[in-house]
Amino acid sequence: MITNLLFYIFATILISSAICVIVVKNPVHSVLYLVLTFVTSSCLWMMLKAEFLSLALIVIYVGAVMVLFLFVVMMLDIDSENIKEGFFANLPLAITVGVIVLGEIIIALYGRPIITENINNINQNISNANQLGFELYTHYSYPVELASIILLLGLVIAVALTLQKTDKKAKYQNINKQVMVNSKDRLVLLDIKNNTAVDINDGANK
Amino acid sequence: MIGINHYLTLAAILFTISIMGLLLNRKNIIIILMSIELMLLAVNFNFIAFSSFLNDSAGQIFVFFTLTVAAAEAAVGLAILILLFRNLRSINVKDMDKLKG
Repeated sequence: MITNLLFYIFATILISSAICVIVVKNPVHSVLYLVLTFVTSSCLWMMLKAEFLSLALIVIYVGAVMVLFLFVVMMLDIDSENIKEGFFANLPLAITVGVIVLGEIIIALYGRPIITENINNINQNISNANQLGFELYTHYSYPVELASIILLLGLVIAVALTLQKTDKKAKYQNINKQVMVNSKDRLVLLDIKNNTAVDINDGANK
Repeated sequence: MIGINHYLTLAAILFTISIMGLLLNRKNIIIILMSIELMLLAVNFNFIAFSSFLNDSAGQIFVFFTLTVAAAEAAVGLAILILLFRNLRSINVKDMDKLKG
């Protein structure tokens, strides 16, 4: 009984905060409502017995991603007055698309019964984190390495994109030079006769 | 009793709200990025719900990888956003027409 009540309380908070994310004027408030959304959904995940992921959601999203968002929002000076311009112009389109999408998903959900046969590969005797850790480092060890490469890629891309041009130590591509380059600057064709030495500087002087 | 349909309906509503957020906030690309995060959350909700009701750990593993990719995506997206703001002095979607697509 108490779990039913908790579900409805969390669901109400989740949906209302998600609506607030997209309608409030100030982007900072919007980020804070998104934090509330993530914390509430982590509570719901906890009710679904996914303890590790619900805590990981708080650590990764609330701790890292949302703070990054907050940094960016505060760094850019956005005039929040005309930021909502065109909000009501797009409202009919948004409501139409929203109703259609929701209707389709509901039809797909309730059209036929969802198969809930028990696959039962969760060991109830060990903790959720233990189970996930075991699976990740045995059956899914290659995907874990791929995920680490994706994270490294994100790091490198973020640094490479935001480097300032005024930094003298930074290495840059000169796109003009790259486009203007001629094949003769890069490639030297030499006639090599049999059994003769070749002077490497021969072609470069031409 | 709360069944799997309750959780799936909740995720569907969350997904719809984020789609509406994409369509409503044409002026602010930060809200668009946040709507994408909300969409990923709604999809993760489905995975967790099925994983819990079917007693299958594969769904939770998948959510783990989705979280990884979403974190990398947020970092790259925000880097692009900063670069755009530095060049255009605006985060309006209408101003981003350099490619003339």
